[in-house]
Amino acid sequence: MNTSVSVKDLTLKFGAITVLDKLNLDIKDGEFLVLLGSSGCGKSTLLNCIAGLLEPTDGQIFIKNHNVTWEEPKDRGIGMVFQSYALYPQMTVEKNLSFGLRISGMDKAEIDKRVARASEILQIGPLLQRKPAALSGGQRQRVAIGRALVRDVDVFLFDEPLSNLDAKLRSELRVEIKRLHQNLKNTMIYVTHDQIEALTLADRIAIMRSGLIQQLDDPMTIYNEPKNLYVAGFIGSPAMNFFKGEIASVDGRPAFVTNGVTFMLDGYRAKGPLQPGTKAVLGLRPEHISVDGPETVNTHQAVVEIEEPMGADNLIWLKHAGQSMSVRIGGNRRYSPGAQVKLAYDMSLASLFDAESELRI
Amino acid sequence: MADQATLNTVAAAADASSGSLSGPRGNRPRPIFSTRNIVLYGTLGLAAIYYLVPLYVMVVTSLKSMPEIRMGNIFSPPVEITFEPWVKAWAQACTGLNCDGLSRGFGNSVRITIPSVIISILIASINGYALANWRFKGMETFFTVLVIGAFIPYQVMIYPIVIVLREMGIYGTLSGLIIVHTIFGMPILTLLFRNYFASLPEELFKAARVDGAGFWNIYFRIMLPMSLPIFVVAMIIQITGIWNDFLFGVVFTRPEYYPMTVQLNNIVNSVQGVKEYNVNMAATILTGLVPLIVYFVSGKLFVRGIAAGAVKG
Ligand SMILES: Nc1ncnc2c1ncn2[C@@H]1O[C@H](COP(=O)(O)OP(=O)(O)O)[C@@H](O)[C@H]1O
Ligand SMILES: [Mg+2]
Repeated sequence: MNTSVSVKDLTLKFGAITVLDKLNLDIKDGEFLVLLGSSGCGKSTLLNCIAGLLEPTDGQIFIKNHNVTWEEPKDRGIGMVFQSYALYPQMTVEKNLSFGLRISGMDKAEIDKRVARASEILQIGPLLQRKPAALSGGQRQRVAIGRALVRDVDVFLFDEPLSNLDAKLRSELRVEIKRLHQNLKNTMIYVTHDQIEALTLADRIAIMRSGLIQQLDDPMTIYNEPKNLYVAGFIGSPAMNFFKGEIASVDGRPAFVTNGVTFMLDGYRAKGPLQPGTKAVLGLRPEHISVDGPETVNTHQAVVEIEEPMGADNLIWLKHAGQSMSVRIGGNRRYSPGAQVKLAYDMSLASLFDAESELRI
Repeated sequence: MADQATLNTVAAAADASSGSLSGPRGNRPRPIFSTRNIVLYGTLGLAAIYYLVPLYVMVVTSLKSMPEIRMGNIFSPPVEITFEPWVKAWAQACTGLNCDGLSRGFGNSVRITIPSVIISILIASINGYALANWRFKGMETFFTVLVIGAFIPYQVMIYPIVIVLREMGIYGTLSGLIIVHTIFGMPILTLLFRNYFASLPEELFKAARVDGAGFWNIYFRIMLPMSLPIFVVAMIIQITGIWNDFLFGVVFTRPEYYPMTVQLNNIVNSVQGVKEYNVNMAATILTGLVPLIVYFVSGKLFVRGIAAGAVKG
C-alpha cells in the first residue's frame, strides 16, 4: 500500500508552549484514520498543519509522496470539514458548494456537473437554493462535506464534524460518513474526542495525549491490547477496572495479588516473563467479567453496591479487593444492592501494566 | 399496593386543582402610579426636556423676525412665521468679504466629508481584516502603534502635520485636509474593524482558504458581505466626526475651503453690525442638519451594528 499522508518529526510551538513534539504519522492510501484524544491534546492543531492552515515550527508533511510543507492549503489536494460547519452565510447551498471551483476558474458546465454529483451523493438536491440559515444542523454538515466532495480531493480532513449535532443525528451522519468512505475510498483523517465514533469509523486509531501519539492501531487491538495505562483507561465506557498490586507466583504459576486477593494469570499472554515481586496494575474490562457463571481458577465473592440498568445492559457496581469495580451483564439479569455474587474473569482479555513505566507487560 | 398509590395521586391532584382555579395566574398586574414608574418616567422626562428645550428655542427663534425677538421672551412661539432668516443664513450672510452665506461652506464640507469617509473606511477595514485574520511580520508592533495612536490627543500632532503637508505642497488644500481626516480616523476605525472581523468565526476563514480563496477574495466575497452593520457604524462615526470637525478645518485649509462649521463660527461671531439671532439660529440648525439626518436614517442599523459585534464576540 502507498502512503497517502506522511508526517515527519512535526513540531509546533505557540510561543513557549509546545503543542506537537516531533510527531510522526504515516497514513495509508484509502485509509480511515481517526485521531482520538481528550480536549486540548493537539488534534486540531495536527489537522490544521496537515491542511496547511498552520505553519509548523519544524518537520515535514508529505501528501501523495510530495513534500507539501510550504504549499498553500488549496494546492495540497485536501478538503476540510469543520465542527461549526463554517458555511458561507450569505451564499446559497449551491454557491457554497461551488465557491472553490469558481475561484479556481473552472468552467460552468464542469462546476454544475460536480455540484450535481455531490448533491446526489449527499441527498441535498432539494436544498441547493437555500441559505445555510434555513438548514438544520445535519443538513449544514452535509453541505460542508459536499464542499470537500466537489473539489475532488485526495484526502478528507474532518475536525469533530459531529460534535455540534444531537445524539440521534450524530449516529445517522456517522453511518453516512462510513458509507461515503466505503464508496469513495479516499484517505480520510478524522478528529474526534468521542471513542464510539473512533471505534466505529476507523481503520486505525491514533490515540493522542499532550501532543504525542500514544498508540496507533486498529480499533480491536486498541480495545483489547492497550499499550499503556492511559490508553487502557481512555478507551472503553464504562472504563476499565484497575487494581494496584504485584506479580506473584502461586504453585509455580504466575499470579497477581492485590489487597490479599489473588488473581491467577492463567491464559494471559504476557509480552515477556512475569517477574514475581514486580509492582503492577491489573486491568479488567466490565464486559470481560462474568457473574455467577461456572467456577474457574479465579472465582471470587463480592457484594453488589449499586445497580445501573441501561436497557440492553445492566451495569452493577461491586465492592471487591477493597475497591469499587463495575461489571456489565445482560439487561434482563437484575441484582439488588447487598446481593452476594460470584465473579470469574477471562484472563486472556485482561491487561497488565508495569506500575512504574505504565507500559503493558 | 399499586391501587392505593394511584388513589392518593388522584386525591392530591384534585386538591391542587381546586386551589389553582382562584389563585394568581398569568401576568401579574402592576399599578401605573407606583414609585418605580414615577421615578422612571420622571427621570426620562427630565432628560428629554433638558435636550429638547434648547432645540425648541432655536427653531422658534429662527422663525421670528428681529423686532419680535427684541420684544418677546425666548420661549414664546413666533407670532408671524418668517423664513427670511433661513434664506439669509444659507445664501446671504457675510463672512469677511464673501456674502454668500453657508452654502459655500456646505459645498466644502460635502467635498471634504465624502472622500474622507470613503477612503478612511476602505483602508481601515482592510487593515482590520489583515490584523484579525492574517499573520504577518511586525503585526504586533503595527497593532500597538495603532492602539497608542487612538489615545494621543491630536493637538500634539497638529504642528508636525502642518510642516509635512507644506513640504508635500498640499497645505491649505482640500486634499490635504482629506488626508488628515483619513489618518486621524485610522486608529479607532481599524480597531473597530479588527474587533468585528476577529469576532467572526475563524473556521469560516479557514474554510475559505482551503477552498483556495486568497487575501482579496476572502475580503470581498466572504468578509464584506457579512459586515454591513459594522460598515454602517463606521460610516456614522466618520460622517458625523468629519462634518462636525472645526479644528482641522481651521488649521489645514484656506478661507475659500473652510468647511461649514468654520463658516458658521465666522457668521455667528462676526463683530460688524447688530447680532441677528434668528439668522444665527437658522445657520446653526442648518449646519447640524447632516449629522441629524444621518442619525435618523441609520439609527436602527447603528444599534444593530453595535449589538452584532457585542453578541457574536
Ligand atoms: N492560537 C493558539 N495560541 C496558543 N495556544 C494555542 C492556540 N491554538 C491552540 N492552542 C493550544 O494548543 C493546545 C492544543 O489545541 P487543539 O489542537 O485545538 O486541541 P484539540 O485536541 O482539542 O483540538 C491547547 O492546549 C491549546 O490551548
Ligand atoms: Mg479541536
